[in-house]
Amino acid sequence: MSNEAIIHGPEVAHGNAAEHQGHEHHEQHFIWKYIFSQDHKIISRQFLVTGIFWAIVGAFFSLIFRLQLGFPDSTFPWMESILGEWAKGGKLSPEFYYALITMHGTILVFFVLTAGLSGTFANLLIPLQIGARDMASPFLNMLSYWFFFASSVFMFISLFVQTGPAAGGWTTYPPLSALKEASLGSGVGMDLWLIGMALFVISSLLGGLNYISTVLNMRTKGMTMTRLPLTIWALFFTAVLGVLSFPVLFSGFVLLIFDRNFGTSFYLSEIFINGRALPHIGGSAILYQHLFWFLGHPEVYIIMLPGMGMASEIIAVNSRKPIFGYLAMVISLISITLLAFLVWAHHMFVTGMSPFLGSIFVLLTLLIAVPSAVKVFNWLTTIWKGNLRFTPAMLFALGFVSLFISGGLTGIFLGNSALDIHLHDTYFVVAHFHIVMGVSAFFGMFAGIYHWFPKMFGRFMNNTLGYIHFFITIAGAYLIFWPMHYEGIAGMPRRYYDYSAWESFKQFQSLNAFISVIAAIVFFTQFIFVINFFVSIWRGRRLTNPNPWGATTLEWTTPIHPGHGNWEGEIPEVYRWAYDYKDDGHGGDFIPQTVPLREGEEDH
Amino acid sequence: MAQATATSITESKAWGGGRSPFNVSYGKMMMWFFLMSDAFTFGALLISYGTTRFFSAVWPDANQVFKSFPFMGETNLPLLFVSLMTFILIMSSVTMVLAVHAGHYGDRKNVIKWMLWTIIGGIGFLSCQAWEWTHLHSEGGWWGSFTDPSTPVSAFAHFFNHHKESVMAALPAHGMQATHDFFNYFFTITGFHGGHVFSGVVFNILVLVNTVNGVYQRRGHYEMVEKIGLYWHFVDLVWVFVFTCFYLL
Repeated sequence: MSNEAIIHGPEVAHGNAAEHQGHEHHEQHFIWKYIFSQDHKIISRQFLVTGIFWAIVGAFFSLIFRLQLGFPDSTFPWMESILGEWAKGGKLSPEFYYALITMHGTILVFFVLTAGLSGTFANLLIPLQIGARDMASPFLNMLSYWFFFASSVFMFISLFVQTGPAAGGWTTYPPLSALKEASLGSGVGMDLWLIGMALFVISSLLGGLNYISTVLNMRTKGMTMTRLPLTIWALFFTAVLGVLSFPVLFSGFVLLIFDRNFGTSFYLSEIFINGRALPHIGGSAILYQHLFWFLGHPEVYIIMLPGMGMASEIIAVNSRKPIFGYLAMVISLISITLLAFLVWAHHMFVTGMSPFLGSIFVLLTLLIAVPSAVKVFNWLTTIWKGNLRFTPAMLFALGFVSLFISGGLTGIFLGNSALDIHLHDTYFVVAHFHIVMGVSAFFGMFAGIYHWFPKMFGRFMNNTLGYIHFFITIAGAYLIFWPMHYEGIAGMPRRYYDYSAWESFKQFQSLNAFISVIAAIVFFTQFIFVINFFVSIWRGRRLTNPNPWGATTLEWTTPIHPGHGNWEGEIPEVYRWAYDYKDDGHGGDFIPQTVPLREGEEDH
Repeated sequence: MAQATATSITESKAWGGGRSPFNVSYGKMMMWFFLMSDAFTFGALLISYGTTRFFSAVWPDANQVFKSFPFMGETNLPLLFVSLMTFILIMSSVTMVLAVHAGHYGDRKNVIKWMLWTIIGGIGFLSCQAWEWTHLHSEGGWWGSFTDPSTPVSAFAHFFNHHKESVMAALPAHGMQATHDFFNYFFTITGFHGGHVFSGVVFNILVLVNTVNGVYQRRGHYEMVEKIGLYWHFVDLVWVFVFTCFYLL
């Protein structure tokens, strides 16, 4: 028995075995084709649609609490009709305000920008761009989605329980999250949160293992690692980050579950509630923070890297130029991945950590500026003197770069432990991370959706609506978050319910109202995108050219509506890197990866 | 120079696409990455345990806590029982190696035999653990035990090293909390490990059933035995660390 027999066993969708796959699947029942599908393209759409659903929910929450922050003295009777007891008389209750910001964070960080983003694009792009019939294990891939779905169900149910969803902040620090009687949301809501997140970790693990082994093992002939498009490199390291950091969060959850339910004191020290001593001694709440942020910081890069990869690809395609510094891009991804694991304590500078230890984390944190700057300069150099095509995808990719620069620069402020004494837990932090990993990652996601929509559905999205969507969103993003920097520098803390009650922060009342109005406008603008997306699936302009953007990568060599197995006949072989945007000798300005090197032409 | 060129050519072939660069199937690669992930889970738990212990003024002495053996009454046999448990688990790793080895030759009969021994070893280990847990529970140890401030020092003093003056002096102030922490971590981490052993036994049984039914013979290879073997060895390796942290250090 040869090793080959194992590696290319009968189950592996590779080579001859899969050749008839495209036909076999035509007779599939609806349920197996669209619901419990094992086709990576369908699974990616499932992730995307679920992500869009969660994005609307999460953004709607921010709209509600922004109304409270912007207009603390007004009442909104319509709120009572939606939220009932939580907004009696049209006034948001303080308990539900905390629940809303908690769920806003949880939903957008995990359900939209982790599962919705890398779930969608890793599934769609990895097999298509490396030249594989499907993921290494289509079955585990399907499970990954359905674990995510189950996790979504639990999280969604938690929104409707009587005591409300988890309300201790998206980081769910103990003791607020560990003591069931600590707040309304600490009871059933927190239990459901933990169940949902545990399922989420499993989903992320199954997906990540698949992405890693697919990229390493399933590349088509000639697709060396250095010929991979940068999207794949980015998604690969996203998966590595997830596989190595989520388990630590899981350990943190295990200890938290015991503290909640079995009387242990991992995180709980001596605490009195209503004059009664609780049976907990000697635990350390800081321990949870360490375990949480060991995931929490890599999580930031799990959110950022897919956007970086897609922006690199989209900017190169629409500048009609090779990406500048391909190897530097790859090396900076590697260094970001490594450094991501070594900086978590910069979230904890003011927890009483030793200043000496803090200074080490300052150093490591500021080091991340180097690879980040390398990437930024490479993007800028790529568009330098390019033949720019301003498709909506390109605009969003450029917006991604702009926001990444703006948000990244404030990261340098926050990475300093001395400045952090003043800036921690203020709106400066809120502004920083919303720009750099919230909106920026969203822009990467939008860029990806506009760019690969034709691949997903065989139709285009409407360009005009795309432009409207882009310009309002980018203007709105800066108008919302730029002023928050000033509020933060003035010391305005985050997560407060009503700033008008503080003499120091009263001055920001009109600014807060302004931010809230813009937030509402941006929120409703997103429906332009949602409508554009869903209508275009059925009504969009049909694709006639299988390679509409003139891209070099493999996904555009498949039929317009690829079946399960992606290519009819043989998988194409690859002869060159992904960025040969140059004279092809016949008047064209790009050479697909499948074209053999010409006489005298050198590999890049 | 010529050598360098030669290696770079073979390297470019290994990573050139159209084949697996590490010459392993995707399933094995997934198992390796899963084990890395799981190592981080255990690592986080053990480091949490380590920091808590490091910051404690005193800590229960393993020679005092684990000195009993079934049917031996009050005889002082420190660490003997856990040595037996560890021996059983290590032996089950050996039998697993033999099962994988038999699988390489497509020797179904021997795969069945050695898988069966591995399963017996796993169940043996779990039974030992069950006895140890029951025993510690009968001594008052459990999740959330030892929190009542009125507990007399004598209730937990026997878990500590009586011969050291400094330990005995610190007991009234810090002994209960250390005992509390010790048992919390002990039951959580050995329980988490035991859960892994249990799931390993379940997977082993599934693989055994498939082997008996000739599934792998028809498939032409026994790679599934190898993959579950990787998991089993990993669980053993984790035990070595758990054993070191709780019983030896």
